[in-house]
Amino acid sequence: MAILNIRNLTVTFATATGSFTAVNGIDVHVDRHEVLAIVGESGSGKSVSMLAVMGLLPDTATVTADEMTYDGRDLLKMSPAERRKLIGREITMIFQEPVASLNPSFTVGFQIEEVLRINLGLSGRAAHDRAVELFTAVGIPDPEAKLKAYPHQMSGGQCQRVMIAIAIASEPRLLIADEPTTALDVTIQKQILDLLMKLQEDYGMALILITHDMGVVAETADRVVVQYKGRKMEEADVLSLFEAPQSPYTRALLSALPEHATGDRLPTVSDFFQEEPVR
Amino acid sequence: MVRFILSKLLFLIPTFLGITIIAFGFVRILPGDPVLLMAGERGVTPERHAELSAQLGFDRPLVMQYLEFLNRLFHGDLGNSLVTKKPVLTEFLALFPATVELALFAIIIATVIGVPVGVLAAIKRGSWFDQVSMTAALVGFSMPIFWWGLLLIIFFSGILGWTPVSGRIDLLYYFPDATGFMLIDSLMSGQEGAFTSAVSHLILPSVVLATIPLAVIARQTRSAMLEVMGEDYVRTARAKGMPQRRVIGVHALRNAMIPVVTTIGLQIGVLMAGAILTETIFSWPGIGKWMIDSISRRDYPVVQSGLLLIAGMVMVVNLLVDLTYGLINPRIRAS
Amino acid sequence: MSDTTVKLSDAAIRRRMLAEFWFYFSQNRGAVAGLVVFALLVVVAIFAPLLAPHGAATQYRDALLLPPVWQEGGNSRFLLGTDAVGRDMLSRLIYGAQYSLFIGIVVVSIALVGGIIIGLVAGFFRGWVDAIIMRVMDLILAFPSLLLALVLVAVLGPGLTNAMIAIAIVYQPHFARLTRAAVMGEMEREYVTAARVAGAGNMRLMFKTILPNCLAPLIVQATLSFSSAVLDSAALGFLGMGAQPPTPEWGTMLAEAREFILRAWWVVTFPGLAILTSVLAINLMGDGLRDALDPKLKRS
Repeated sequence: MAILNIRNLTVTFATATGSFTAVNGIDVHVDRHEVLAIVGESGSGKSVSMLAVMGLLPDTATVTADEMTYDGRDLLKMSPAERRKLIGREITMIFQEPVASLNPSFTVGFQIEEVLRINLGLSGRAAHDRAVELFTAVGIPDPEAKLKAYPHQMSGGQCQRVMIAIAIASEPRLLIADEPTTALDVTIQKQILDLLMKLQEDYGMALILITHDMGVVAETADRVVVQYKGRKMEEADVLSLFEAPQSPYTRALLSALPEHATGDRLPTVSDFFQEEPVR
Repeated sequence: MVRFILSKLLFLIPTFLGITIIAFGFVRILPGDPVLLMAGERGVTPERHAELSAQLGFDRPLVMQYLEFLNRLFHGDLGNSLVTKKPVLTEFLALFPATVELALFAIIIATVIGVPVGVLAAIKRGSWFDQVSMTAALVGFSMPIFWWGLLLIIFFSGILGWTPVSGRIDLLYYFPDATGFMLIDSLMSGQEGAFTSAVSHLILPSVVLATIPLAVIARQTRSAMLEVMGEDYVRTARAKGMPQRRVIGVHALRNAMIPVVTTIGLQIGVLMAGAILTETIFSWPGIGKWMIDSISRRDYPVVQSGLLLIAGMVMVVNLLVDLTYGLINPRIRAS
Repeated sequence: MSDTTVKLSDAAIRRRMLAEFWFYFSQNRGAVAGLVVFALLVVVAIFAPLLAPHGAATQYRDALLLPPVWQEGGNSRFLLGTDAVGRDMLSRLIYGAQYSLFIGIVVVSIALVGGIIIGLVAGFFRGWVDAIIMRVMDLILAFPSLLLALVLVAVLGPGLTNAMIAIAIVYQPHFARLTRAAVMGEMEREYVTAARVAGAGNMRLMFKTILPNCLAPLIVQATLSFSSAVLDSAALGFLGMGAQPPTPEWGTMLAEAREFILRAWWVVTFPGLAILTSVLAINLMGDGLRDALDPKLKRS
């Protein structure tokens, strides 16, 4: 039972030198309680398609799709007001740069309590108490004190925990995580991933994990979509993908894992994959 | 934060000393005999020349003169006007409120109009409103305000007869200076029509003085908003499902205001000192007009001390702006 | 993108950069309009003696304060009317363009050259040289610019030359600061190290290697200073401290016209309009230049 269903999504950006197609006819669907990984290099349009779902693209972007439904409701035909009732409540998102994603002028407490007050209608006191609970749930020590901190006073890992706390505040049914661990230290990456997986289980959310890291995919995903230059290359459940990758690009991605390093240099995707000549 | 303030204050001392050197030295370093300069075209007799030189201490070594100047400065003695014989400081303090009143009114006009226009232009980037308001801002920025003032006088005073041509209040009204601020004094006097008269005298000069800061603030607000709207945290606010009003009015504006507040503050300093042209056109009895009159009268102690006082004042305003910047920017305040 | 690398000569690279610059500049309609107006102004200034119907100082005693031709009482001999001593407004405005351009060029040249040398020295040698120079620059910037220029002129003596010198002195710290900042940025780059290793002397390093790479912000600042110079010199003229009557400098013309503002609108309106138009044109160009030269602001 799909909670999010996208068919033939295309996103183009108007630029000074003409239009640029970032996403070209992508299909994505996610079932309830499922973890879907969208994999690709930077520039593969994997973030753009999810930003399109959230309605967060700039005005220069044009979004078209044969279907883009959440829980059977058409996201494209919805009024902006209706759509905002979903965004931030039932569908939430966290981003790659946790420190930059939090507003430097407000305390993190303000930024989470505002969601609780405005989206969930909690009173000031109740919002504060709930914020403490959420901070505890995402593993922030001394939550009372940390609520009063500004983003620049916290580490990247802690900021990402704050972002996750904000994202789960309304107990969403779909969480989109856009490269949530890329900007973090290796040791912290694992903790954040484990936290996300635990919360996904506890809250029974669907989780879309955007990543370029095949290692992350292997540890977390149920199903995988591989994207390259705005097009879908392959879609498979995680076991079949790793055992029998169908597309040459997927094979190249897998070959480029650091474990496959030979000699003194790390392999890159382009060692294994040559772009087809433009016809 | 305390350390931030202290370091700013410490930094002021050399700047202030430098200002005293410039104010003290400009007449002496540059070619020409200051006594002759003061005397102007009429010239002086040799006896009068010697007398004036001695009176002003020009016959002693430069360093001694400077130290003497500093010493008197610290005792609040800025010399006497050659024309009115009154202490420069007394004159300055008597005229200062007029300039402050004008500058404050101007900056309020500039901010109240400039910030919303800049925000709106940024939100509706590329719209007709953006194009019209930014063209207007560039015209305002390019405006020779001494001419702009004359045009407004021709139109509002000459053709429409709405506003008076010069001064701070009708000669009809007389009341003692309580605060020096005409708006407050006229209200306190209780005389019928006095306040209205003060306001009608203030409007044109403050509009003229507000023109360039208004343009600067509108442009700066727009570009600050545009920059902030592209930041990740604004995207986060949208992703949290915050209403558009809140995304712009709280999340974006709060950050965009940090550079804008600095700009506004720096404009205050420029205005207080730069009211020269406006005050001249409207015969507004403030320090700008005082300075230009003293320059043309070659009232050299007034020019020297006036320059010092104005630069010192700009310095203090800029310091306050710096401190405000620290207050509104949590990244500085909390470190 | 083709994967064949084309080796470009220096001249070809320069041509390509110029073409790219022009592409971005011409995208900006305001900037192009500004450029056209400015070019017109230059033409008017150069051919002033040919274009002006009358001499700048010729007084027609029979035609005092004549209104422009389209107003009742106007005369087709004097298209924009005459001033209080019977001089043709249009001719004076045309000759005034010469002064404005001349003032702008002189002020910017002095401020630019002075600022570049001071900034290069400060940024290149650092240490105490830098500290002293920059403190002095800060000091000049601590004074409101018009006031400082006024006082300088008062001391040097009123007049156009002194006004230009005073304004240039007041503007010069902006150039010094910009150059210093750019130099300090460039000094970190590899190409400077490379030139140093190759044995380039200080002078060569400063002027041939580093300077060309920090020109963009200086050009933008120069344009903005040009328009400010036109404005400020007009303001000094208006206050009686700049060009002296009967010079047909626009600000001075305004000062002479002040007493007639309620009787003869044209003697006040036209000189100011001329100042506004030229300053606006230069500022429009400056905005366009900044957008075209600053890669950070380039639309992607």
